[in-house]
Formats: sequence, structure tokens, C-alpha cells
Amino acid sequence: MPIDRWSLYRRMVRSRLFEEAVTSLWNEGSIPGEMHCGTGEEGVVAGVVDHLRSGDAMALDHRGTPPLLMRGVDPVALLRELLGKPDGLCRGMGGHMHLFAPDLLAASSGIVGASGPAAVGFALAGTRLRPGSVAVAFFGEGAMNQGMLLESLNLAAAWGLPCVFVCKDDGWAITTRSERVTGGGLTARAEAFGLRAATVDGWNVEQVWEAAGEAVARARDGGGPSFLHARCLHIEGHFLGDPLLRIVRRPVAELAEISGPLMRSMGRRAGGGLGGRVRGLGAVLGTVVAQFRKQIGDAHDPLAVTRRGLRAGEGGTAEADASLEQIEEDVVAEIEEILRTALGGEPATEEAP
Amino acid sequence: MRTLSFADAIEDALAQAMAEDPSVIVFGEDVPTLRRNLLVRFGADRVLGAPISEAAFTGAAVSAALGGLRPVVEVMLVDFIAVAMDALLNHAAKVEAFSGGAWTAPLVVRAACGGGYGDGGQHEQSLWGWLAHIPGLAVVVPSTPADAGALMLTALEHPGPVVYLEHKLLAAYWLDYLGGGSRATVSFDVPEAGARGPVPDRWEALPLGRATVRREGTDLTIATVGVGVHRALEAAHVLEEEGISAAVVDLRSVAPLDAETVLRSVAETGRLLVVDEDYRGFGLSGELAALGLEAGLAFAYARVCTETTIPFDRAREEQVLPNVGRIVRAARGLVEGSSEG
Repeated sequence: MPIDRWSLYRRMVRSRLFEEAVTSLWNEGSIPGEMHCGTGEEGVVAGVVDHLRSGDAMALDHRGTPPLLMRGVDPVALLRELLGKPDGLCRGMGGHMHLFAPDLLAASSGIVGASGPAAVGFALAGTRLRPGSVAVAFFGEGAMNQGMLLESLNLAAAWGLPCVFVCKDDGWAITTRSERVTGGGLTARAEAFGLRAATVDGWNVEQVWEAAGEAVARARDGGGPSFLHARCLHIEGHFLGDPLLRIVRRPVAELAEISGPLMRSMGRRAGGGLGGRVRGLGAVLGTVVAQFRKQIGDAHDPLAVTRRGLRAGEGGTAEADASLEQIEEDVVAEIEEILRTALGGEPATEEAP
Repeated sequence: MRTLSFADAIEDALAQAMAEDPSVIVFGEDVPTLRRNLLVRFGADRVLGAPISEAAFTGAAVSAALGGLRPVVEVMLVDFIAVAMDALLNHAAKVEAFSGGAWTAPLVVRAACGGGYGDGGQHEQSLWGWLAHIPGLAVVVPSTPADAGALMLTALEHPGPVVYLEHKLLAAYWLDYLGGGSRATVSFDVPEAGARGPVPDRWEALPLGRATVRREGTDLTIATVGVGVHRALEAAHVLEEEGISAAVVDLRSVAPLDAETVLRSVAETGRLLVVDEDYRGFGLSGELAALGLEAGLAFAYARVCTETTIPFDRAREEQVLPNVGRIVRAARGLVEGSSEG
């Protein structure tokens, strides 16, 4: 199967616009609780999901919306689920972290690392009931410090299962920098368990597609599990309202709230020595600065990268621009139709409590 | 006397303990962000961020405690304690018995618990009954800022392992972190008296396993814990207007369980209503009934608990969690002689 860059771009735009609509609904208060979007990891998801077919399974983390959309779940049912409606994908019982689609063999979890064992089990069932099928696990690099995931890498290797473990690495374990709490390299870990491992730029969907294609084909042919390490950037941070992003976006107001207690506490008499206190303050500020540096425009945005590549591939012609705009307009129209149907023609604000 | 928020009271008491006892250290998930005020005062040697490795760092906390430290280990939400359960069930809770009483593991596992903000059934559980089931594990659940600070000292002074649960509706930073996310478009049913209140200038530990009567009453006894205390007090107010006098007992800890205070009240009222945000089966509500029967009391009994997996949908979530309406109906039923819940 040759790569279809235009189709991949369309899928990514569709996922992005869907999640931007979700973001608006969340901001309006129509969606309660946390909201972990997959905006920024569309290149990873599209490049992997494009290789899946009927009978394949997906073990998803707390960012299940993009893979489900790209795998073909009913977008209206998905949106109704995120709104908590009785006719949603999971009857309003699961919400965005707990999405289940039995017909697609797709199951989610909000527990970090849980997609590892889930993929092993799906693969085990697949080898007996659906020969030639594969099971994919999506997770972040924070999950690579979770025992159950490392045990799953070993289990998949020991049993020679058709698993593809996809690590979406944005460098942050919630609000903790992963490099501060991670020893060694992630691909080296996977290789040490006997998995084939590859590292790609997640904002480059072609790289992901090529590497994922090899991993999926090998798994289908009985060649065992693979590990795909894909760097990416989460445009909205860990979740909507991410406290670190808030500081980056509204530094004066947010820091005013935080710094009072921080400075008072630092000045209290009993406590650590001056050196330890200064190192402590450095750790807090370092987190904020690192988050700020991460906001580096569209160089790591898979949509922007793919769009530029498609345009350049066609020589930057007016036809290329027209083709891209046609895709984008089509997707906008589709998302608008999804919203109209899912919201029943009512403005979303009327759903707010 | 000062006035502090529930969250600030915990931090204030913990800081007092850390200033006085260098063996108290804090580590766990997102600790550099969540406990930044402690980090800048006590330094990175005593306030450590951990990877998302609950099994490893909770297990490490057990032996760090055996080795002489007093760790406060944070798993963020009590739901995530499931990943670390072996460390608590098979190790922390067993050391004292296995060593013939020669060795104990004085660690505090701190976690946010409870629902009421739309985060779904994997992030909003209470689980104190599940934890209290295990001999050797103490479980405290404060309902006011004064108790929150005092029980943190209680937990730190206890010679064995303690799970310290802070309800997210009472701790404003958790509610903002997980429920609000800086939005002005969502609101929550926060019990004011639990979220902010008077606290002492200097913290003293409460005795472990000592309930308190929040409200006297003659017709029925409502035993509850955490946010349930505030829902029960609100229900008692409604019932009073109907001529029903309800006593409200705040258990403060699920293990040890102060059955004596509850049963003293039940002996007077002849009716026990347990309000428990945790699951109904095999938990706190049944335990209190059993203890009453073992004590030879005759009493009418009902319970308002979480019966199912907590729905994501806010409207259904509010019905599944114990709410004032359900408590009032159950109380009426008890007093009128039926068992409508």
C-alpha cells in the first residue's frame, strides 16, 4: 500500500477541528471535568491508524478521541459521549477518558500505562480468533516508567505477540519534566526486552507512517512486537486549563496568585538551608520556563508540517493551494454538520448548567 | 485562631511537622508542582518529584519508613492507589504483625478522593472501605480545615501506615486542577464549612479513631464521613423543619472506626442512617450495622451510598453520589417505619 499524504492530511485536519470544537464546548462548560486533547499528536496517530484494518485492536490512553475518529467511529456519537448524553458512544457513562468501541476493538483507560497490558490481551485474543490481526497500544512517555507497561513489553516479546507499542513522547509526565524522573533511553529499554524499536518525529506523518507500516507488517507476519518512539508536542499541554500553560499565557495574573504563598513559604524560618531553598525555587521556575520554551510555533505541529510538505511536493502551485483549501473547507463543513447534529441545532451554551 | 482553606490547613500542618521533624519527607507524582510551597522552604532533598510509578515509589515509601524516615507519599487520586496496592496490602499493613510487633512502617499515603465534578468513574472514587478492610492500615477522612490539619499530624505521629484522603470538593486546588481548569462556566456544590474555616494557631494531633458529634438529635443518628458530613448536616436542617431531629456523627476516620460514639447515639435514637460516598456493598455502611448488632442494640437501619460505577454525565453522577434529597428521603423512611432510600 503506497502512502496517501492527502488522505493523512485530511484525517489530521478532521481530528484537529473536532478537538477544537471539543475545546470550545469544554470552555463553555458543556463538558465537565478534565479534558485531555490529542492536539499535536495527530501525526503519530494518523501514521499508525492508517495501517489498521478490521480485526485489529487499539488500546487507548486518556487521549482516545483522535484514534477513534481516525479509525472511523461515529463522530456524532463520540461528541454526544463527551457531552455526557444518554445516546452517546458509551451512553454518557464513560466520558473522554473511558471511551469504548467494541466493534472497533478499541478500549481506553485513564490509568497511566494501562494500555500496555490491554494491547497484550487484545493481541493474545487476536492470534487465536483473528489470525493476522495486530493490537496497537498508545501511551505517553510518562507511562514508560509504569511497571505494568514495562512488564507488557516483556510479556509481548516472551509470547511473540503481534503488538505495536506506540510511545507519544512530549517530554512531560503531567506537570513533571520526564527527563527529571527517567533513567536511560526509552528505545534502549524496549530493545533490551527484545522488541524492534524505531524513533521518529511525530510531527512528520510520513516518517511515522513508514515506521508504523514496518512494525504492523512484521506483527501480522508473526514477527513479534515492536516499539515506536515518536516525539510530539501537546498544543494544549497535559489537559485543557493546564496550570503551566496558564502561567505561560497569563503570566502576570497567574504568577501573582502563586508567588505570594511561594515567597512566604520560602522565607519561613524553620526549613532547609539557603542552598536547598534556592535549588527548590529553581526547580519550580525551571518547570515554568521549560513549558514556555515549548511554545515554539508550528515547527512541531504535524498539520503545519504536513501542509507545507504537500504544498512543496506540488511545487507550491496554485493548484496545490486549491487542493489543500478544498480539503480544509470540506472538513470544516463536515465538522459543522457534526456539531449541528450532535447539539441538536441548539447553541451549545444552552447545555451549560 | 486563624481562618484557612482546607488545602492550606493540610499544608500548614505538614509544614509544621516538617520544620520540627527532619525525618518527614514528601514524594510522589507531580509533587514539585503540587507542593511547590514546601519545595522552596524545605528544599529538593525533602520534597521530591517521582515518575508515574506508583508501585515502585509507594513500595519504596514502606521501606523508607522502616529505615527511619516518615514519608508522606502522594499518588494524586485514590483511584491510582490501585496500581500501588501490593505495597499497602501485602507489605505496609503486614510488617507490624510479621515482625511480631518489633517493626512498623510509619508512612502516610496522601490522596485526593471523591466526586461531584464530572471526571468519571476512574477518577472520582472514595475507596476508603476497600482500604479500611485491611488489618494494619489506618484510613482518615477529614471534613473541615481544623480536622484536616490535625489529622495530618495524627497520621504523621501514628506508628503504622495511614491513608490520608482529602476530598476534592473541599480542596479548592484539586477542584480547579481537575474540575474547573480556570473556567468560570462550571460550578460545583462545595460545602462552605468544609472548604474554609477556623483553625488553631498551632496544630495539635487529634487522637486517631475518635469520631465527633457534629449535631445532636433525638430521632435518628446519621453516621458519615468526608463531604457526607456536610450533606448530612444540610439534610438534618431540612428534616428539622419537618419535625425530625437528626444527630450527625462525623467519623473522621474509617479505620480505626469509632463505633462507640455512633452506637451511643443510636442507643438514644433507635435509628441509624449511614451516609457513605463509598460503594454500598461490603463496606463502611454494612460494618456499622454489624457492629451495632454485635453490641446487642435493636435499631432501625438504612443507608445512602454510591451504588454503581459513577457515571460521567453530571446529572446522573449527582444522583449516584449521596445527595441531600436521598438522605432526607431515607431519614423520613426510617422515622416513618419504611425503608425508602
